[in-house]
Amino acid sequence: MAHLSKELYEKCKSVVALYPEARSALIPLCHMAQGQDGWLTSEAMEDIAELTGVTPAEVRGTASFYDMLHLEPVGKHVVALCTNIACMLNGSMELLEHAEEKLGISAGGTTSDGEFTLEESECLAGCDKSPCVQVNHRFFGPLDDKGFDQLLDDLKAGKLRDDVPSHGVLSRVDRKFPLALSPSEIAAERVEMETAKSQRDEKRKISEGAN
Amino acid sequence: MPEAADKISVTVDGKEVKADPGELIIEVAERAGAFVPRFCYHPRMKPVGMCRMCLVEVSSPRGPSLQPACFVSVADGMEISTESESVQKAQSGVLEYLLLNHPLDCPVCDKGGECPLQDQTLAYGPGESRQVEEKRHFAKPIPISTLVELDRERCIQCARCTRFANEIAGEALIDFFGRGEDTEVAIFPGKPFDSYFAGNTVQICPVGALTATPYRFKARPWDLEQVESTCTLCSVGCRVAVQSSANEVVRHLGIDIDSVNHSWLCDKGRFGYLAMRSETRLLEPSLRESGELVEVSWSDALEKAAALISEAKLAHGPQAIGFLGGARLTNESAYAWAKVAKAVVATDNTDAQLGDGIPAELVLSLPRATIGDACRAKKVIVIGEDLKEIAPVLFLRLRPLIAEGKIDLVEFSTHETSLSNLAKASIPLVPGELGTRVRALIDSIKGTKDAGEGIGIDIQEIKNATQTLGSLENNPDLVVIYSNSSAIENTEDLKAGILALEESFKNAKFMPVLKRSNIFGALDMGLSPNLLPGRVTFGAAKEYYKKQWGSVPEKSGMGTLEMLHAAAESKIKVLVLLGCDPIADFPDAKLAKEALSKVDSVIFVDSLANTSLDYADIVLAASMDSEREGSFTNLEGRISRISKKVSASGSSWPDWAIAIELADALGDDLGFGSLDDIAKEIARLAPAYQGLRSTLSLNSEVDEGILLPVKATKVELKRKQGDPMVHLGLISVEHQGAPLKSGASNEPGVYSDEKQQQDIGSTISLISKSDIKSDTTSKPETAASGAKSLRLVVTRKLFDRGTHVDSSLFFRDLVPEQEVRIHPETASSLGISSGEKVSISGETCKVSGQVILDNRVDQSGVVLIWNVSEEDVRSLVSNSEKSAHWVEVES
Repeated sequence: MAHLSKELYEKCKSVVALYPEARSALIPLCHMAQGQDGWLTSEAMEDIAELTGVTPAEVRGTASFYDMLHLEPVGKHVVALCTNIACMLNGSMELLEHAEEKLGISAGGTTSDGEFTLEESECLAGCDKSPCVQVNHRFFGPLDDKGFDQLLDDLKAGKLRDDVPSHGVLSRVDRKFPLALSPSEIAAERVEMETAKSQRDEKRKISEGAN
Repeated sequence: MPEAADKISVTVDGKEVKADPGELIIEVAERAGAFVPRFCYHPRMKPVGMCRMCLVEVSSPRGPSLQPACFVSVADGMEISTESESVQKAQSGVLEYLLLNHPLDCPVCDKGGECPLQDQTLAYGPGESRQVEEKRHFAKPIPISTLVELDRERCIQCARCTRFANEIAGEALIDFFGRGEDTEVAIFPGKPFDSYFAGNTVQICPVGALTATPYRFKARPWDLEQVESTCTLCSVGCRVAVQSSANEVVRHLGIDIDSVNHSWLCDKGRFGYLAMRSETRLLEPSLRESGELVEVSWSDALEKAAALISEAKLAHGPQAIGFLGGARLTNESAYAWAKVAKAVVATDNTDAQLGDGIPAELVLSLPRATIGDACRAKKVIVIGEDLKEIAPVLFLRLRPLIAEGKIDLVEFSTHETSLSNLAKASIPLVPGELGTRVRALIDSIKGTKDAGEGIGIDIQEIKNATQTLGSLENNPDLVVIYSNSSAIENTEDLKAGILALEESFKNAKFMPVLKRSNIFGALDMGLSPNLLPGRVTFGAAKEYYKKQWGSVPEKSGMGTLEMLHAAAESKIKVLVLLGCDPIADFPDAKLAKEALSKVDSVIFVDSLANTSLDYADIVLAASMDSEREGSFTNLEGRISRISKKVSASGSSWPDWAIAIELADALGDDLGFGSLDDIAKEIARLAPAYQGLRSTLSLNSEVDEGILLPVKATKVELKRKQGDPMVHLGLISVEHQGAPLKSGASNEPGVYSDEKQQQDIGSTISLISKSDIKSDTTSKPETAASGAKSLRLVVTRKLFDRGTHVDSSLFFRDLVPEQEVRIHPETASSLGISSGEKVSISGETCKVSGQVILDNRVDQSGVVLIWNVSEEDVRSLVSNSEKSAHWVEVES
């Protein structure tokens, strides 16, 4: 079972430092821990409790509220199928049935080879791709039965490795903490922006006046 | 009091009511006589508006709307309806909703019969259910701690328990998990709800979701009888309702007393009654015959005891008899035994403290703070032990206020305490250094010296403390709560520190914290050398008591340490143990053992067996709490009643009766024959208690108890309206037939007339600061003795292997392992790491324990816990007269 790695622990510390209250960093830290293991282990939650100055019970209480945080081991690919109105009208219920049959598990289950976890999800905000499917939080769709099977095959074969990171990884851009820009630099940039904007406005006024 | 002009006026059900701005609708409505049903609201916690049961209709610019009464404050001109049609519909709807998943296992539920969900469903509910679906199911019950079990099916998610754990106790070990219909209360896997205060969640749970393991299936509420009494397991003196069924105490509930416990109890107090049925209970008087204790009749035991005492007195004078202990006694019993010792035997060798306390003169002469004073103070200084361990409910009262920033805390402690991370300044302490560090702080406040100059500690904390306290003059309500920082060291240093504070902060009030039971009552009743009952010294009141009692000792007597030495040198021939265990309680166990074995006879007056029982020649079996009556004086000097609920076990007698009969066997007459007589004599004679009509006349109408010294001021004699949702157990039991009252109250009034007060004893001055003597023979020791040696500091835990804990199966599991607190740098220089098992060796013995790295521990010290393991720290203490002890720590 996995505690946070030393590097991650240090990184978490710098994230905590971004907030006026340590406990505000709780959810970002949960995501970072999930990025390490694919799910939130008890050990990771204890580490997060230590980092944010709350009890492990409070960390688990918070994490258990959110569907995106998994408190139990999940498959390599978490496949979430939207069954809300737009997707449903485009056949997502049938697709879900097909997926369950194909994977041999019901929604919420994980295949015995540990490859896939199937989830029925609320609206994923991908209505333009309906019926829409998310794999490790990356969008695919619209999918029919055949497309879905193809997706599974590709995932299993590792063909989509570049598009779909392992579960829990939200961003593969490794952001540096603290942020590269200091608050004063940000403020200066904002002033610059405002000045440029007012100059533009000024110019427009002048040209409008000329017309 | 706020001016009438500050008040706003609202209408509740058509009735106009005045209210303070910011008051909650639920409170205002209740005052107007309209009870709003509720589950989650608890007046001692912040509102959350969780259960929606308290919806009322409130006028607004957009017309009337339903609002939670526990969450919305009143506004001027607000019109509130608590019984309109839409309110009734909402109440019925909320109840139907709460009952969707609630199992109807009321017949086997501990709460059945005193359940707010049952009662409010009857009063406001829909009457029938439309639910045809299956209810949700969970495994039940699951233990979440040694003492508490959780039934998630019954839970209505009011968050009373989680809020208590988080807001009040500061230990969020339980929380809500999941969301929506999957929400459940749970612990983190593998981390049980090990809080000293877990039992409170059972008391405030409005359904049967949280139940107390010792009470499960023990009784039905309508079979319970109850009296109001006082918990005597520490010196806070929480008010409890003692409830019994079939002449057996089955439950303690906290009573909401503004000035003391706000309805909270610690688990030791809540479940302490379990020791009454312990197999170690002493039920019959007995005599030691050829090595074995043999049960005898009371007259035989008392005759033998009297014979031993008079023989010793005749042969060696009254100085050859000593009385140890007395904190377990009620005030009346303590008075009776003080009279036996000081008037009948005529020895002043009495000491209720066992070498681990605070000098009685210091305790009794400084201006005393009440718990209320401490909670209202803007600044509080806490010195010594962790309050959570020695006065749990005092800690519970203070912690939320400190956490909310209402109290600024300055702490002096030898290790990290439960309040350290909330303190504005936490000044590290080494025994022997308190005086120096207090003076450094005062100098720094005065500005005469730089902060912490030359005392060799991190000066930042002194700077923080200086900033927190500001100036010496500007602290009109400063409260200093103090205890000895190490159980094995003398109190000279504590005395120096406290007196320095007293001198500098003119209006400061002081609260001594002694762990042991009615120790303050015992000291007030004169169970201490050089004291006589009523907070007067031997010198001041000798003549007075000689006139009243007929005789007093010739000269002042010995304290526990001197008595044990005298006994070990065979100068003391008879030791009377008044509910104490010198071997476990006295810091130097070896000396105690030697004393008990050298002395001719040991008379053991107690209710439970302990390690010193092996040395007893005569056992006089005493009754326990709930089997005896009397009064209790807590650490504030507040008197409250101890009431009897069940009949005495076996042939045990109350201690005062033993005292009277022993005096009788000694051919003397104490001048009283009943508890009532003793109470009247105390009120008549004991100066600080004068003016009280009788210590026993504290009937249940006197909510808050009486503060000492008794003043001729009036107190409000009205009990607060009981809230059935707050005092669920209490009120429901009352409704079902057994009113909550103290034992037979003798007289309705509390105060005698002032004339009587003037007549008697008014010339005797109470003990004062000038009576505090400095003991020059035992100066605090500060220098290190060896290069590798660490100074031993011993602190206490709530659950140690003391007599009471050891007598209860439930408590035995709660005694912690020995922990070895040590500074990280010291640890690394010794090559040991956190969690490691190490051994600590003194001059002769070794003990072992687990390492905890603690930044707050001085680098020259090591902090261990008192009396938690078989091979105990007491074996490291070789000579109790020495102030400092040095030990080696090895892995």
